[in-house]
Parts: sequence; structure tokens; C-alpha cells
Amino acid sequence: MFDDLRDLYQEVIFDHNRNPRNFHVMEDADRKVEGFNPLCGDRLTLYLKMDGDKITDASFQGSGCAISTASVSLMTEIVKGKTEAEAEELFKQFHEMTTGKEEEVNLEAIGKLAVLAGVREYPARVKCATLAWHTLDAALKNEQESISTE
Amino acid sequence: MTTFPIEKIRADFPILQEKIRNKPLVYLDNAASCQKPQQVIDSIVHCYSHEYANVHRGVHTLSVKATDRYEGAREKVKDFINAQSTKEIIFVRGATEAINLIAQTFGKTNIKAGDEILITAMEHHSNIVPWQMLCAETGAVLKVAPINLQGELIYAEFEKLITDKTKLIAVVHMSNALGTINPVEKIIAAAKAKNIPVLLDGAQAIPHMSVDVQALDCDFYVFSGHKLYAPSGIGVLYGKQSLLEAMPPYQGGGDMIRKVTFEETEYNVLPYKFEAGTPNIADVIGLGAAIDYLNDIGMDNIAAYEAELLDYATEKAKQIKGLRLIGEAQEKGAILSFVLDKIHPHDIGTMLDSLGIAIRAGHHCAMPVMDFFEVPATARASFAMYNTKEEIDVLMQGIESLIEIFG
Repeated sequence: MFDDLRDLYQEVIFDHNRNPRNFHVMEDADRKVEGFNPLCGDRLTLYLKMDGDKITDASFQGSGCAISTASVSLMTEIVKGKTEAEAEELFKQFHEMTTGKEEEVNLEAIGKLAVLAGVREYPARVKCATLAWHTLDAALKNEQESISTE
Repeated sequence: MTTFPIEKIRADFPILQEKIRNKPLVYLDNAASCQKPQQVIDSIVHCYSHEYANVHRGVHTLSVKATDRYEGAREKVKDFINAQSTKEIIFVRGATEAINLIAQTFGKTNIKAGDEILITAMEHHSNIVPWQMLCAETGAVLKVAPINLQGELIYAEFEKLITDKTKLIAVVHMSNALGTINPVEKIIAAAKAKNIPVLLDGAQAIPHMSVDVQALDCDFYVFSGHKLYAPSGIGVLYGKQSLLEAMPPYQGGGDMIRKVTFEETEYNVLPYKFEAGTPNIADVIGLGAAIDYLNDIGMDNIAAYEAELLDYATEKAKQIKGLRLIGEAQEKGAILSFVLDKIHPHDIGTMLDSLGIAIRAGHHCAMPVMDFFEVPATARASFAMYNTKEEIDVLMQGIESLIEIFG
């Protein structure tokens, strides 16, 4: 019945929505930033544990749609062990994949995140996928206040 | 309801023939904005093609014609809501502008520090924020009457909040997020007993029921054209003449003046005092055409047909496991707000869209209502006179399928 939506709602997304990874409060986090999408009411809190400029652990709490939950869940997996610069580069690639030109995306670098490429065709849903990354960006820049996609 | 001319009505709305993602459009986002019948579209095309010029100015034929049509539409609005006089019908951009106008003119003149403005917990942001702004400027206090878990105003609490300090009661006639129809007769009677003016936000109510401002005895009634099958960008502020006379103008400019010198300006009479600048001529004429269209069908017939649709949809929705209705008031208009267990409204919206079904997913510009029900957002199917039970079946099948796919 939802054949048209297979590109957007891939099985991996359903899986991460049902069982989000790293879904817990991190008591000893070095960075904690809240992300908010006022359009749909999605809210998330992102926690990072840092060792110098390296992200050693990431987790989140919050509620959102399947796209936003899967995006933040996948993100917390992929950024673990990355340096700030590597994470920022991933954000750039992710942003390119969801909003920019397809041919400029480094598919190898983006890895598993490619399951979210489908949002490109759904402009109203791009913000759902990018909220996690905007929040990470704010956390890496050490902005402690809550950030918003608007 | 065998007499309701549903097929003829559907044929009048060209957009209903559109295919969305290769499926027939099922348009259930009417509370956000309604579609327009050919008659309204034609009236605008006719205006620009044959009868357009500025109004209230020229002696030339076209200006006279345009003025006749423009003022003719005002007459239609007056009759539609049974106002006493066309002087009480002010054209504005929409309900939002109407409320801001009242806050900035009536409010600033009559509401002082320590005074109270009473609203309800189910208001649209447009009937919250203008009052917050006024309170910030004047030192007045905004009081909010609570609602219960059915989404109904708790009237006893509301009544307790009416005090000697209350200078205005501003209440939504029908809630856009919940569908609740407020007991406005009771509210107005209680307000009158204390000489407190009442503003009704009719943006959501106006397409669903007949409204008689004299029978209601409200002081202000506001609505938008675009929810009444008329163009966007046009709306109506009804105010009792005595109140409007006493209010200062909202904006200065052409048309709202009688005499201007550099020393002083004499304002025009009602309703022009509140219509500075060239108005939205063609869309006012479109609003007139929409009212003609609705009068032909009859608002009471529309209300009866929509009540049947809502009952049908409610009954079907209640059979779906994991679906929770948000707003189950006894008195309710054709709005079905709901959430699904573990499925976010935005996912519901995208999934239904792929089936050609347009619903709203979000906070419906009523964030306090979402907070009260402890949901970030709801999915909302809102019905209009052109919707059918078959479309409701398509919606319900869609919901069942997406529940299945989300597992």
C-alpha cells in the first residue's frame, strides 16, 4: 500500500524507530544540548562524552517522528570515536545528501546514513532528519543553549 | 441526508479532481484552509477581466462598478451573519488581523494596568498572542479558563474567572485543534450580566454553522474568508456599531479619512474608518460569491451533513486499536484530532499523503492545547461539506495500514 514510500521509510528506519540505539541519559556527559523542531514539536537532548577533540560516547533522549528518531539514533552510532573535525565533515556530507546535489555526496563516508537519503524528495521532512545533526553541531561548538531548526 | 447535493457540490470544486501522488485527492485539511468552488474562482476572474478599478474614488464607470460589487459583498456578509448594519462589517486580512485590530484599538483604549482579559485554554495562538502583547504594553493580566480531558471548557471555572477587573472576554467559537464548540450563549449571558464585552473567534465555526451575531449578542465576531470557501487574504471583523464608533482608527492612510490638512485629520465614518488604503477588492468580491454559494446550499443543511460525517468518522476511528481521539466534546464540529500509539503525527501525515490523503500533522497553532494533552502534536482530519463517507473509509483504511507497517 505504501510502495511510493519505500525510499523514505526503509526497514532500517523502522528498526531504529522501534529500538533506538544509545537512547539514555548520560549522567557524566561533557556536552549536553537540546534540539527542538517547533514545526512538529520534536525535541531531543543530545549527550556527548569527549576526550580532547574526540567523541568517545554519544547518547540521546527525546521524542520525535520515525525519521528524526532514526536519524539521531544512527548519528550517535556513527560519531562515536570520531574527532570533532570528522563529525563536522559528516554533518556536511549529510546535509549535502538531504538537501544538495546527489553527485557531490561521498557515499563511502556517509555509510549507513545513506538510508536517510530519501528525505530529499520530501522537503517537508528534511528538518526531521537534520535536527540531530544541527544539535550535534551546536554541541561541538559548545553552545549549551537549546537550538532550533527554525 | 438524501437531499444533500453532494455530487453537485463536488463537481463545483475543480481541485477535487486533482491526483496527488497518482491517487485521487482526499482533502481533509479543511480546518487549515478550504478549497474554492468554481463560482468563487469565476467571480475573481470576472472582476479582473471586466469590472476592476479602485473603489470609492473614481467617477468613471469601472470604479463605480467595482465599488458596487465591493459594497455589495459587504451587504452579503452583513446578511450572512445578521449584523444590523454594513457599518459593522470591516474587511481585514483575516481573523488574526481582526483580533490584532481589536487589541490595538479597543484594547489600548479600554484596558489598563491591573485589568483582566479572559480567554480559554483551547485558543488558537491568534487569540492568545495579541492579548499577551497588549498585556505587556499595558500591565493588564491574561486569565485562562481551563478545559477538561474531553476538550471542553470547564464552565464553572470559567465563570469564577469573571471578576470586576475583567474588561474583555475573548473566546473561540469552535476550536481548531479539538473541534469543541463552546457554550457561547451561556458565556455571553454571563458577560452581559457584568457589562463585559465579548469577542468570538469564529474562524473555525463560520463554515460549519449559521451564525447570527444579533441573536448571540456578541460584541465582536471575527473570521477569515479562506476557511469559508473564499479566497485567502480576506477576513471580516464584525463589531457593534457603538463600540466601533468609540474606537480609534487602526491604521492611517487613504480611504479612512474625511478631511486632511497638515494641522489635523478628520476620520471617515464606519466602516471606512478601519479600512485604510486600497482594500483587497477582488477577494472581497470572491467572499461575496462564496456566501452566495453557501446560501444556495443552506448553512443548516451543511451543518446536518457534516454532523453525519463526523459521527461516521468518530465511530470508525474508535474501532481502530491504538488510536486515541484528542477532543471528545459533546458539542463538536467536523474535526477529528487523534494520535496513534508509538507513531508520530508527522509520519502519519507523510504516509497518508502517499495515498492522496491530505491531513494536518502538528500543533495546529495551539501549543498550549498540545501541552495539556501531553502530546507533541496530533494528526487532524477536518471535514468540509464536499467530503464523503467513502473518503472517510479511505482515511481509515490508510490509518490501519500504516499501523500495520509500523508494527
